[in-house]
Amino acid sequence: MDSALLVHRLHFAFTVTFHYLFPQLTMGIAPLIVVLKTLGLRRNDEIYNQAARFWARIFGINFVLGVVTGIPMEFQFGTNWSVFSRFAGGVIGQTLAMEGMFAFFLESAFLGLFLFGEKRLSPRAHWWSAVAVFLGSWLSGYFIIATDAWMQHPVGYTLAPDGSAQLTSFWQLVLNPWAWWQYAHNMSGAGITGSFVMASVGAFYLLAGKYAGHARKFVKVGVIAGCAFSIVQIFPTGDGQGRMIAHNQPVTLAAMEGLFNGQPGAPLVLIGQPDVPQRKIDNPIVIPNMLSFLTYRRWKAEVRGLNSFPPDQWPDNLPLLYFSYHIMVGLGTIFIAIMVVSVFLLWRGKLYNARWMLWILLLSLPFPYIANTAGWMTAELGRQPWVVYGLMRTAEGYSKTVSAGNGMFTLLGFMGMYLVLGILFLFLVRREIERGPAADVVLAH
Amino acid sequence: MPTLWFMIVAVMLAAYVVLDGFDLGAGIIYLFAARTSDERRTILRSIGPVWDGNEVWLLATGGTLYFAFPQLYASGFSGFYLPLMIVLWLLMLRAIGIEFRTHVDSPVWQSFFDVVFFASSALLAIFFGAALGNVIRGVPLAADGYFFEPLWTNFRVGAQNGILDWYTVMAGVVALVTLTIHGSLYVVTKTEGDIAQRARGIALGLGPVQLLLTLLSLVATYYIRPQVMDNYRNYPVGLLVPVLVLASLVLIFWWTRTNKEKLAFVASGVYITVMLVGAVFALYPLVLPASTDPSYSLTIYNSAAGHHGLVVGVTWWSLGAVIAVGYFVFLYRMFRGKVRLEGGGY
Repeated sequence: MDSALLVHRLHFAFTVTFHYLFPQLTMGIAPLIVVLKTLGLRRNDEIYNQAARFWARIFGINFVLGVVTGIPMEFQFGTNWSVFSRFAGGVIGQTLAMEGMFAFFLESAFLGLFLFGEKRLSPRAHWWSAVAVFLGSWLSGYFIIATDAWMQHPVGYTLAPDGSAQLTSFWQLVLNPWAWWQYAHNMSGAGITGSFVMASVGAFYLLAGKYAGHARKFVKVGVIAGCAFSIVQIFPTGDGQGRMIAHNQPVTLAAMEGLFNGQPGAPLVLIGQPDVPQRKIDNPIVIPNMLSFLTYRRWKAEVRGLNSFPPDQWPDNLPLLYFSYHIMVGLGTIFIAIMVVSVFLLWRGKLYNARWMLWILLLSLPFPYIANTAGWMTAELGRQPWVVYGLMRTAEGYSKTVSAGNGMFTLLGFMGMYLVLGILFLFLVRREIERGPAADVVLAH
Repeated sequence: MPTLWFMIVAVMLAAYVVLDGFDLGAGIIYLFAARTSDERRTILRSIGPVWDGNEVWLLATGGTLYFAFPQLYASGFSGFYLPLMIVLWLLMLRAIGIEFRTHVDSPVWQSFFDVVFFASSALLAIFFGAALGNVIRGVPLAADGYFFEPLWTNFRVGAQNGILDWYTVMAGVVALVTLTIHGSLYVVTKTEGDIAQRARGIALGLGPVQLLLTLLSLVATYYIRPQVMDNYRNYPVGLLVPVLVLASLVLIFWWTRTNKEKLAFVASGVYITVMLVGAVFALYPLVLPASTDPSYSLTIYNSAAGHHGLVVGVTWWSLGAVIAVGYFVFLYRMFRGKVRLEGGGY
């Protein structure tokens, strides 16, 4: 592979992967903060308000990192992927600009009020500021998903004489059916991150014997939300996305599932290593007929395998795609198990004393991040070799005037910067957790 | 349609510079106008609730540029690769300089982020000015509409342009002085006592420098690119530009001297807007001149997106702009008045 192409791919992949670690928590925690504040208002219970303030402090640190790592993304379409941008800009520039105009202004205008303005506002008004930040972040998510959805499933466009894609239908772009499932699945994924993090921090405090009152609220809100999101993640949203891929990107489905040979009654591979040159999976553990059933709701349905597509249509990094997908699904299944058992214990009034379960909740904190990352890798690796599905190959889209040398320089720069930012983030969040939710900390510049 | 969007993008860019410009200016004077930690926190609080929203105008402008003029976006961003990356890193540093400072009560931690905030703000002002300088001066576009400029070549304006040459560095200094005054005036309106006095002193002291640099930059611009005067010659309405520039420069100085700082700040905003308008008016209908072959220049016509997209954009953009302005009016009114340090939050 051309080294400039590889550098530009790594550049975008690295920066966007690091970036997304933060918005997933922002979008996942924002609705939970609204829940805490609602309960605080309704029940006139100061513990809920303190809980909300505690999470707002963590939210604030997280949000800054999301903004800071997010700005390079908008610019990077132009800097590193200029040929793609020239091709697709007339279409996806719309959704990206709308994200700025509608979502970012909403979030950023009310964030200051939410984080620092509690004393200036009535409780109701402060509640509204939390809602505004939540809505802004979820709206932002929609426009980005709509952008990616167009790249996966181009709609509402025509090709102009100069070869570029031009918008013919605003509503087809914004209401792309691909976007609905992708958005639902993505937001539910963020919800999993938020709820697991909240439950995990709560579990930590319970295990450490501190702030029991607050910790119980964290665990309760976290596992109820986590249970709902985990289930929805697999059904209906994961299922919906999977069947959409089968319908519109069958070669991607085959690659994700490691189905080299198309067949009726295709098996679902649970685990096994793909050997691409030999077109097989080593030591597979499979469920017979299951892939056909999941994809088409018929045990003996024909599922196309990689063998029915020319190799130049295959996603180009098959093992990485395969493992990203399997890691995502494997973790997603484990999440359901953790949350369903937790909710059951909660219902029986035993969760707060079940130390074994609290340990599981505590230790599960990094896994939603891994699952969400694996999910995005599945989506983007699955789209290969296309940058716009069926219209432009990734190899055609990068900035030809930016040499591998320049790209490598800035990639290394970002890696260094993000390493430092990551350490700062962990340091600051740890301090907040150390301080705890009962501290009468007044957030201010 | 392309002309309409040219104007919309210009207005958005002006909004960004007028708004985030005072955040940058506050950062530039930060170490000088504020000596104690309390004074520094006061300046941070003066921009605290609004700086992020102000910065969003940059993203909104970039996104709008993307969908309205995709060729310009693609060409400009890849051609200006390194300076753009540097700007991104500076934006990141500025953000954490503001937001992380008060999280830890250690003088070491705080002075580190103080310097980060100052240095990133100052460098951003210079780079933004240099960026505009590059656009006016022209870039080595090829026939396919793309280019790449190294950070510098020989610092001369000519056949082999670099991002930084004497002209663009001068443009950067103009921006630095302009935003320093702009930020100082904002800080004067939001603070009292020593901080306000020092900020006012900075604005007054730089006034004559601003006048001199403005004149120099106009002469230099004509020298490197005589075509900038064409639109002014053909459309006499352009005369409003130098008139307003001069008037606003005088009024900034006069109103600052007579302690009418809010008016002076408004005049500063007018100065910035008219300078930007003057620059794009001079370029129109070009958006990125070619220093190679004039026929390679990017214009609003050859870099615009398809008609349908531009038409559809007017509707949602207008709606978005009205709502956004609403947020800003609400937000600025919520935090009006001088910054107080005592009490919680703001």
